[in-house]
Amino acid sequence: MVATFEPKKTYKVIGTRPIRHDGYDKVTGRALYGADLKLPGQVWGAVLRSPYAHANITRMDTSEAEKYPGVLAVVTAKDMPKAESKMVDLGEGTVNEKHEVDRIMASDKIVFRGQPVAAVAAVDRNTAEEAVKLIRVEYQPLQPVLTVEEAMAKGAPIILPDLVGDDLGEKVKKTNMAKHFRHEFGDVEKGFSQAKHIVERTFKMSMTHQGYIEPHNAVAMWDEDNRLRIWTGTQGAFAVRKQMAGILKLDESRVKVTPMEIGGGFGGKIPVYLEPIAALLSKKCRRPVKLVMERKAVFESTGPAPGGTLRVKVGVDASGKITAAASDMKLEAGGFPGSAVGAAAMCIYSPYNIPNTTIDGWDIVVNKPKSAPYRAPGAPQAHFAMESVIDELCEKGGWDPIDFRLKNSAKEGTRRGDGVKFGSIGNVDVLKAASRSPHWKSVLNKDTTDGKKRGRGIASGYWFNIGLKSAVTLSANNDGTVSLVEGSTDIGGSRASIAMQAAEVLGIPALDVRPTVADTEGVAYNDVTGGSRTTYATGFAAYEAAIKMVEELKARAARIWNQDPSDILFKDGVFSAKKDSELRLNFKELSKKLGETGGPVTVTGSVDLSTGGGAYGAHIVDVEVDTETGKVEILRYTIVQDVGKAIHPSYVEGQMQGGVVQGIGWALNEEYFMTKEGTMANSSFLDYRMPTTLDLPKIETVIVEVFNPGHPFGVRGVGEVPIAPPIAAIGNALHDALGVRLVETPFKPGRIMEALEAQSKAAAVKPKR
Amino acid sequence: MHPFAYVEPKTVKEAVAALSKYGDKARPLAGGTDLLVQTRAGRFNLDAVVNLKKIPELMSVKLDANGLEVGAAVPCYRVYEDPKVSAAFPGLIDAASLIGGIQIQSRASMGGNLCNSSPSADATCPMIVHNGVAVIAGPKGTRKVAIEEFCTGPGKNALAAGEFVVTLQFPKPSPTFGAAYERFIPRNEMDIAVVGVASSVTLDAAGKTIKNARIALAAVGPIPIYAVAASEWLKGKPANEASIAQAAAMAKAAARPITDMRGTIEQRKHLVEVLARRTLTKAIERARGK
Repeated sequence: MVATFEPKKTYKVIGTRPIRHDGYDKVTGRALYGADLKLPGQVWGAVLRSPYAHANITRMDTSEAEKYPGVLAVVTAKDMPKAESKMVDLGEGTVNEKHEVDRIMASDKIVFRGQPVAAVAAVDRNTAEEAVKLIRVEYQPLQPVLTVEEAMAKGAPIILPDLVGDDLGEKVKKTNMAKHFRHEFGDVEKGFSQAKHIVERTFKMSMTHQGYIEPHNAVAMWDEDNRLRIWTGTQGAFAVRKQMAGILKLDESRVKVTPMEIGGGFGGKIPVYLEPIAALLSKKCRRPVKLVMERKAVFESTGPAPGGTLRVKVGVDASGKITAAASDMKLEAGGFPGSAVGAAAMCIYSPYNIPNTTIDGWDIVVNKPKSAPYRAPGAPQAHFAMESVIDELCEKGGWDPIDFRLKNSAKEGTRRGDGVKFGSIGNVDVLKAASRSPHWKSVLNKDTTDGKKRGRGIASGYWFNIGLKSAVTLSANNDGTVSLVEGSTDIGGSRASIAMQAAEVLGIPALDVRPTVADTEGVAYNDVTGGSRTTYATGFAAYEAAIKMVEELKARAARIWNQDPSDILFKDGVFSAKKDSELRLNFKELSKKLGETGGPVTVTGSVDLSTGGGAYGAHIVDVEVDTETGKVEILRYTIVQDVGKAIHPSYVEGQMQGGVVQGIGWALNEEYFMTKEGTMANSSFLDYRMPTTLDLPKIETVIVEVFNPGHPFGVRGVGEVPIAPPIAAIGNALHDALGVRLVETPFKPGRIMEALEAQSKAAAVKPKR
Repeated sequence: MHPFAYVEPKTVKEAVAALSKYGDKARPLAGGTDLLVQTRAGRFNLDAVVNLKKIPELMSVKLDANGLEVGAAVPCYRVYEDPKVSAAFPGLIDAASLIGGIQIQSRASMGGNLCNSSPSADATCPMIVHNGVAVIAGPKGTRKVAIEEFCTGPGKNALAAGEFVVTLQFPKPSPTFGAAYERFIPRNEMDIAVVGVASSVTLDAAGKTIKNARIALAAVGPIPIYAVAASEWLKGKPANEASIAQAAAMAKAAARPITDMRGTIEQRKHLVEVLARRTLTKAIERARGK
């Protein structure tokens, strides 16, 4: 759907900062999360997970666990409905049905450590955890395949025997390569021949985890009428319903999903993990069964962002125009196909207008957890590689990094690397705002007395944002408030941003709209809270519903006043009659009279939006490095981002800062540190080093508003763009500080020391003239 | 986890009896910041947890002419928030104020940190350079063990069945004593030492010559390492940069680190030298009253 709206300049609600509707419940601890649930008759489950990353299951014996006092049910893959090796659509694109079922519970083969093999339900948690240890599983361990290079090497062990790879359209068997695609424009050879400066670099990245505080959880009740109820912390109740129906071979209408409050997701709470297991246990024991993951299982068995190897080559002519770019991106899918490499290809060149480009993307199966979306999936990886190379080119040509980016900026009509033509985009506005920011205009004092070195870096980033389906129901209450029922689970303040869009149209205060996130039977279909679509698309549905409500209320006023509905005016929250200036009722007054005018007023807005309005960010960062230890401090950080229109600026700023924080963690310390056996050695928050408040400066935000013509208020997605540039920005700042180019994440202290040592050895061999 | 008994003795004698009764199926509980996490992670298969915090000796801090005696279950904050202790025992304070984070320091004790016997324990090396002694109670009575002799391997120590640490004793430092502890972590809080180094010096009255020195190294061997050669070498040497550099190099030679997810052998050896230099410099400054 493409609609065009004129930007409106003044709003009453939009752009203000009311308290959030769910604020009291969150602050006082009354908000209900999945782990809080305690249903009558509820019992606990525990999951047995594979200690091997790659193995065949040769034998399984559950008899001891079944005999253990207090055990009510034991399930293995044999209890799952038979899955065939065929492609099915479970709501997030097509997947191989057998792979999806094996990911939930392995039937014959282990492809990542922590993959579930069996589960127990028992009277309490301790009993379930003790009983699960009594299940005997015999494995035939196989050589684990842990990197894209190992996976693509000749003679590599084949992880999925039934995998048919797609190599530029050719079917390939006995392979770990699920997919190889290419996007091509112009003539890259010719483009590089016109270049004066060419930089080509290869980058390596480690898997990283979203690191949400709340572990995965699920409560399931499978009743005697074959109806299944699920309570879970998820980014999409309807996505859970669709996955459950597909995996368990139930009609969707037999599955009812209640989304609980969610303690962070960042994309990682779109796939189901525990829900089908809890359901099968409940089916066997006919009790509500609760499962909650330990942190170790969250790291080992849920979906991190893919690591991999990326090569980027860019050429620039003498005038500073980019003439060509070529890139290879090989990303780790994990144990089953489906990395974010496709999205990475959509992002990699997006800040630029490049006449000749190629992108080759590979989706590679390795013996690590199956990757899942993580905030702008693929964009941080792609931009790290591209923006590092751009930085190096600016240095070679002596160009100011903002001037260079402005000169080469993508604009409306520019083609994205994967062929899509940009509509209205704000990259130029963002870069100009960055150049005017206090941070960029300041001079970084590089003089330190303690031998530390400082540097400044900048990088751009892009995320396309999605639209998709949303529906919202509004009901007028007779006290002048409006109940808003939505299906988008609230991860980052979207109750407020959706309610505010309805309130703006209705002319009432934000807090007079009362939002509720409903279960799958309380509201029409909604796509997941993901792709930065919620404030945009569900907000759009709220806008449509509010317009309908105004029309309905005009009809009610007309009835009361004996006027023709077309003669009723509505402005600033007041209904009036065109032909009789005495007849006026504000929203609240009219609400009280609805009972006498034809009964309750309820309306629905529903949208299916094909585009989301892509958005850009530019990040500026100052770092300080202790060259004796390799420790990096972030001294100052500014994020500049086009948000279309900031509905609630505080939550927009919060999203921007949050994305930066995750990006800083990814850049400096976060990684899946794998042993050669394929075990993640640092599967706890002690050793998976996310930044704490003491590791961060106040992150300065600059909101840029370039109206999105596809949305009534001009909204663009906000939540994902901010994680795209930080890794590159920090890498560029470290280069400015140290003179070394870091090409492998994370930039941990030991790695910085190794780079400095290599630098001093090179200097000793070849003294500078 | 299977159900276990929770025992709360009021005296040292009762505690010895409880620990002796359950043997290696019991663990003493001080702050619990290691014990609870490790138990939930399945490291122990416990029949009893013995809370030591109801025993007065384990919860008292005594500072007198002889020195300092800290109950083994006294939480870190009580040590560093005491201004007199803080002034006299700077190395201990450096450690007590950086273990975990603020919330952890409200529960965790230096005694528990010692008994957990991790090579990376932040409190152990500072206790070594403050000439600390652990007072141990057990079925055969009370005995004392120097801190540097307490740990015997990762998670292993000198405690026999039924024994536990009652207090930690530190002699009163001379006016020309100074100590410091620094650890290297990639972040600024809530982290585990990649390397830690504690150093202490006692200077002559003029503040120019080192009369005594102790250097101890964390996270670079199976136990916290008392770097004897480097410490002994410093005796009688001038308190200057050259002496510090030589001692730091000798401390580096004493390190026996491994490569793991927290750091490599080369990185850790290098960090020992850097931190030994930094802590010796700070200890000398403190000894001179700066």
